Amino acid sequence: MGNGHYFGDGLSYLNPSDLKGRLIAIEGTDGVGRSTHIEMLQEWLEVQGYGVITTGWTRSSLMSKTIEVAKQGNILDRWSFSLLYATDFADRLEHQIIPALRSGFVVLADRYIYTAFARDLVRSGDPTWIRNVFGFALVPDLVFYLRIDVDTLALRVIESNGMNFWESGMDLRLGADLYDSFKKYQALLIEEFDKMAEEFHFEVVDARKPPEEIQEVLRAKIEPVLKNDRRELQHRDVPIEASLT
Amino acid sequence: MTPPVLTFDQPHPFPGKLIIVEGLDGSGKSTQLQLLQKWLDSKGYNVFFTEWNSSELVRETTRRGKKSKALTPTTFSLLHATDFANRLYHAILPPMKAGMLVLADRYVYTAFARDAVRGVSPTWVRKLYNFSIRPDMAFYFKVPIEVAIDRLLGGTRAQFKYYEAGMDMGLSQDITESFRIFQSRILAEYDKMVSEYGFITMDATKNIEEQQNEMRQVVAKALENYRPKRGTHGKRALFWRRFVLPKSE
Repeated sequence: MGNGHYFGDGLSYLNPSDLKGRLIAIEGTDGVGRSTHIEMLQEWLEVQGYGVITTGWTRSSLMSKTIEVAKQGNILDRWSFSLLYATDFADRLEHQIIPALRSGFVVLADRYIYTAFARDLVRSGDPTWIRNVFGFALVPDLVFYLRIDVDTLALRVIESNGMNFWESGMDLRLGADLYDSFKKYQALLIEEFDKMAEEFHFEVVDARKPPEEIQEVLRAKIEPVLKNDRRELQHRDVPIEASLT
Repeated sequence: MTPPVLTFDQPHPFPGKLIIVEGLDGSGKSTQLQLLQKWLDSKGYNVFFTEWNSSELVRETTRRGKKSKALTPTTFSLLHATDFANRLYHAILPPMKAGMLVLADRYVYTAFARDAVRGVSPTWVRKLYNFSIRPDMAFYFKVPIEVAIDRLLGGTRAQFKYYEAGMDMGLSQDITESFRIFQSRILAEYDKMVSEYGFITMDATKNIEEQQNEMRQVVAKALENYRPKRGTHGKRALFWRRFVLPKSE
């Protein structure tokens, strides 16, 4: 990261200016192959000798169970949901992502704050609040957006795990059944991701291509980011305490 | 399709009334709010009560996080905001929309004060809670720190709780001393908010009945033009009318 910076009002008790590693996020709707590609990237990077950690949406030790319970139908309002995700993210940011970056790891994030932005916006129509909430997030060095059209996506999801309640946005009652709702909901999300791709300069990758081809594109974009890192960081060896001001 | 955006910056548009109390632990605010509720119940109002950090789902997580001491200032703040959002949606907005009275023991100002003291950006916390609604009346029970300590230690609680004393901040090894430093800083934050949010400041060193009488006077005045709405007459309201309601009230 070199001089890492926060998306908005950051963690005022944590100075992000000495993060040696690199933060790479992969965004995209459900079923575009994010986790497959993260696995392949991790393998590729580790073979080259990079330390890699992966972090995924709702996977924090603090919140994963709570979010599961919430999804059973115990919480239905938009704020609580967005805040549960934000808490999960904050927990991972402070306990996984920042420590790893400080030690020079490459952090591969399966989904990032933009997922929260899209989901909240589709439910509220208001982008301001959710972006303020995630002000404490680090801006990644690279954001990939695995883009897919909603028709291909629907086929893929049915072929693999099937459609579920939340991926179909059933809380929004957009369609008569899972299938209709899924398509409408995912189309709205894709629309938001497309808009954000321009606003936040995502690297847009066509997720309909074969995985090997996609990997090539991802790797080609990641390489210069890592090289940059090495050159810049030769003389950095500040103890952890010094950055905890 | 999307509901209107609520905002803390303006008065809420609902027919109900929201009355909240703030103050340090040991300021007596909860006692006062309970007495106020008794009185409002006895008057036949339909009163709803909600308190800080009490929604089932989040309380469990907070407890777990506190136990393992894994909470950071930011996750601590976000968990409380989640709890609040959940209560706002389930416990505050429905009665407010239906035109009833809602009493809240602690409100967003608790977060503004505590989180700022823990080192979270004050601007961020305020933006975080921007989905909330502004209360109609906010009572602040102001008490000197020593009085709060005496009340807590002299009462049912023999010792302070870890987070209540701000032990996570490493202010002091001694829990009473840590409580004193931490709560003093919260007190300073409250004092700053008095004019920012128009708190009704109560002298919490006065005796209980005196404070309660003042509080009832203020509330009575504020409710002059309020028309209570009731669906059914609950058992409690009937009970009070028939047996307990003193003539003076």
